[in-house]
Amino acid sequence: MCLAVPGKVLNIFGEDPAFRSASVDFCGVRKTVNLAFTPEARTGDFVLVHVGFAISCIDENEASRTFRYLKEIGALEEEGIVLGEPSRPEVVAS
Amino acid sequence: MKYVDEYRDPQIAQAIVNQVARTATKPWVLMEVCGGQTHTLMRYGIGDLLPRGVELVHGPGCPVCVTPLELIDQAIHIAGLPGVIFTSYGDMLRVPGSSCDLFQARANGADVRIVYSPMDAVRIARENLDRQVVFFGVGFETTAPANAMAVWQAKQEGLTNFSMLVSHVLVPPAMRLILESPSNRVQGFIGPGHVCTIMGFSEYQKIAEEFKVPIVVGGFEPVDLLEAISMLVSQLEEGRSEVENQYSRSVELAGNVAAQRIMSEVFQISDRKWRGIGEIPQSGLTLRDEYAAYDAERVFQLEPLDVEEPRECISALVLQGQKKPIECPAFGKRCTPLTPLGAPMVSAEGACAAWYQYKRHA
Repeated sequence: MCLAVPGKVLNIFGEDPAFRSASVDFCGVRKTVNLAFTPEARTGDFVLVHVGFAISCIDENEASRTFRYLKEIGALEEEGIVLGEPSRPEVVAS
Repeated sequence: MKYVDEYRDPQIAQAIVNQVARTATKPWVLMEVCGGQTHTLMRYGIGDLLPRGVELVHGPGCPVCVTPLELIDQAIHIAGLPGVIFTSYGDMLRVPGSSCDLFQARANGADVRIVYSPMDAVRIARENLDRQVVFFGVGFETTAPANAMAVWQAKQEGLTNFSMLVSHVLVPPAMRLILESPSNRVQGFIGPGHVCTIMGFSEYQKIAEEFKVPIVVGGFEPVDLLEAISMLVSQLEEGRSEVENQYSRSVELAGNVAAQRIMSEVFQISDRKWRGIGEIPQSGLTLRDEYAAYDAERVFQLEPLDVEEPRECISALVLQGQKKPIECPAFGKRCTPLTPLGAPMVSAEGACAAWYQYKRHA
């Protein structure tokens, strides 16, 4: 319930801080993530994502380690990240 | 991404276990209050690696588990109303109410949809203006800002067909309840890493000071938890009761200020009933009056229910670390993850369910 999955910020949309969102890459699976709580996040940064929101920025080594751990314990699917499937274009959440 | 394995490296883990063994001269009882941490501790059998005397007990750390039976029944009621689309995180669908769960409600024809973000529920509302879209807003402080943002954005957009059934609980009041109990056994806490990512840890410093109990904010991987345990044992042996931050790669003292701001814009602190424990004063969140139009309890004019928990269930004692799951006569017999009697058995992150999954044959 309180897990958070690390991903890489690809491109950012929106100027208004409350509606700023980004396409985030989770080892090949791309999702739209709200950046309202990480105004400091920039393209190329790694963020921890919980229920569609980035809650903190972390460094790349930490991101990869945590991602592999979540994959190992089978926790990614619970967060809606199904590896190995081609990512579908998503409607950008406002 | 590069791969670094230090947080699961067995040699590093063993070195920390050895450190704990060298430090511990007395028995100590430690508790984690986050279900994600409970799951890791059980999965990797971390309690069994520790020196004899250092005991781990598992706290009430699963918001899915502690959502009251009444609210599950109300969710099932709302989901069955004509014209309603009921949306929820997947783990709530398996939680039994007093007669069925949301999966069964869906099988009976209710439009129940799993979402991964509250923003998905807002999108469904935007795309279905002729339907009432209800989101089951469950969680600790980690999830509350996201749920608050969904309500705030729905209001900004002027959506009139979106509402939230709120069951938000807060960690510090539950820790206080545990510490205030005359039969409390807990001497140190592993703090919840993602809750503190949002809230920071100044509230935990007050608890540490008031109750003279050390708290180490911890991460979720095996080595994170071993480090947190080692730091707690050192504090206890040295007679310190401070808050230390093992999970500094995500947690700062002040927490996430932007997330806290939207939380307090949309929610206010209120009394909340916890399944298996009962009502804890000022232990949860409720929508503010300005957001009443988005409160499913008010939109659907729900009457307060009072549903009794099965008497045999000792979950209140398990959730406060006073009994182990195995000490319950119903455990693994009349109470299993498929037929749970009470809170800690209803979700994989609950203490009884984790025990059932990983330690039942031990």
